[in-house]
Amino acid sequence: MEFNPQQLVFYLFALLTIGSAVIVVTIKNIVYAAFSLMVTLFSVAGLYVFLQADFLAATQVIVYVGGILVLILFGVMMTSGRLDLKLKLERGQLFWGGVVSLTIFGLLLSVITNTPQWENVDAGASQEPTTRKIGEMIMKEEFLLPFEIASILLLVALIGAALISRKEVRNE
Amino acid sequence: MPLGLQVAWNPDAIGVENLHQFFVQSSESWAQRYVQNHAPFLEHLPAPLGEFAIMLVCCVIFVAVVPLLPLGLVLAERKVSAHIQDRVGPMRVGPHGILQTLADGVKLIFKEDHIPREGDKFLFVVSPYIIFACSFAVFAAIPFGRSILVSELNIGIFYIMAISSVIVMGVIMAGWASNSKWSLLGAMRSAAQIVSYEIPIGLGILTVVMLMQTLNMQEIVKGQDGIANWLIFRTPFTFIAFFVFFISSIAEVNRTPFDLPEAESELVAGFHTEYSGMRFALFFIAEYANMFAVSAIASTLFLGGWHGIVPAEMLPQSGILGFLLRAVTLGGLLGVVIKTLLLVFVMMWLRWTLPRLRVDQLMSLCWKYFIPISFFNILGVGIWGLIFPKDSLLSIIISIAVIILGLIFTFGVLGKSLSQGPEPPPSSAERRVSATT
Repeated sequence: MEFNPQQLVFYLFALLTIGSAVIVVTIKNIVYAAFSLMVTLFSVAGLYVFLQADFLAATQVIVYVGGILVLILFGVMMTSGRLDLKLKLERGQLFWGGVVSLTIFGLLLSVITNTPQWENVDAGASQEPTTRKIGEMIMKEEFLLPFEIASILLLVALIGAALISRKEVRNE
Repeated sequence: MPLGLQVAWNPDAIGVENLHQFFVQSSESWAQRYVQNHAPFLEHLPAPLGEFAIMLVCCVIFVAVVPLLPLGLVLAERKVSAHIQDRVGPMRVGPHGILQTLADGVKLIFKEDHIPREGDKFLFVVSPYIIFACSFAVFAAIPFGRSILVSELNIGIFYIMAISSVIVMGVIMAGWASNSKWSLLGAMRSAAQIVSYEIPIGLGILTVVMLMQTLNMQEIVKGQDGIANWLIFRTPFTFIAFFVFFISSIAEVNRTPFDLPEAESELVAGFHTEYSGMRFALFFIAEYANMFAVSAIASTLFLGGWHGIVPAEMLPQSGILGFLLRAVTLGGLLGVVIKTLLLVFVMMWLRWTLPRLRVDQLMSLCWKYFIPISFFNILGVGIWGLIFPKDSLLSIIISIAVIILGLIFTFGVLGKSLSQGPEPPPSSAERRVSATT
């Protein structure tokens, strides 16, 4: 096989993704798991960059690292007085968890192999930003309805969150 | 004239899109010849490795230049604060104390590197690097001239938002790993503050993106030729958006009046209480680099970036005269730096003038005022875009007239009613909620 630095970096990112994901699942310390999750999400963003999906990579970092992970850490630090909470791994969990993740893996694999044609993005040929295509797909073409449904779902979640947090204040 | 010299004289004149391309082009001229004459074995390296070396050079230039900024800014801060408080500031080291920061830096290097015994060693060591790296990665997408840009990303401004949102993780990490209540409280406050103020910042950027139809920083600057085209004056809504963006940026870099995460009177020094020596210096450098970065972003998005007051075609394109004229009209590399430093000065000025906000005031300012105002701006910019699909003299005159009328109204009518009296303190229930953050 020909030596290709790009491939080397790709395998580095893949290794980082899988390795840190394994740490997330197996480590006992919950805060370490959260920080390890950060590495996982970051290296997934790196893989997106390899697929020329720059917008997706930045969104991944903003939403997951800057938003969700911060909220997870916030939740961990605010709710439990003990930050050094030890997590337990049980055999039964391992079995059912394995079943569920294998099912999801099979599902993804079948989607990947059954997709008739992948649209190939050539970065060198077209300097058109990916955002234009994404925007047109969402607002003009077939994904308008799912997009609107997702936004209504988010709105409902937002109102629900506001309602729940308000109730707590009243009960105090 | 060799390309290198040409760039040194006049970085904006050559038609190179960014630094990366500059090195690719110039490498054809002399670097290749050098390799052929002195190190023929280097030619057998695979091509991507050469690319990699070029990227490395670009990065090294920025990594070497950017840390020098805080060196100047720290001294500037001390001098500005001193003059605001009727003092003279540092005077001993060097003429007028200009070498004071250098002396302090050397002192910090020699200080003991203390790691709390009960703290988490690994995360304690790693967190300054995360904050430092993220603050510096932001500079990769900020254009300082027609050709002075590390990488021209299609998603430029979005990349900047993404990278700067990672800084929170470093802050939380530092606060938690220190195993100190001051650090943890500071980190929590900082995280709450940064996450909240990211929303008005994002919405402010969205108004710009809606007008310019692109996320590319270089394209955003190219659309702002001449002061009438600067986005701040383009529509009345972007005028408001600029101030919302700038104030939120101050909150995002944790500076007074929003410095609750490191409030000296309450939390010693906030999330970096336990850090000493060079690790503390890394936080310090990152803070000042951040300050410069957000000011540079504000001046790029709203104040024309490297486009000056006068449209570019009215000025000579090349030569030292063109360079100076561009600088005088706030364009080109020097123009960006001048505009950015002005904004940095405003930040310092505010820091030494205003008292700190309370936590509940901080949150209500963000959620009750800035976010609704930002949504109003987005709606307004959308309608403005429908009415004036293309910028004309008419649209600019209307916009400036509305801005002037709005300013008169704000300072004449609202200003009087706002200065009636202080806001009443929060009820006990509200205080209990805010005390937890």
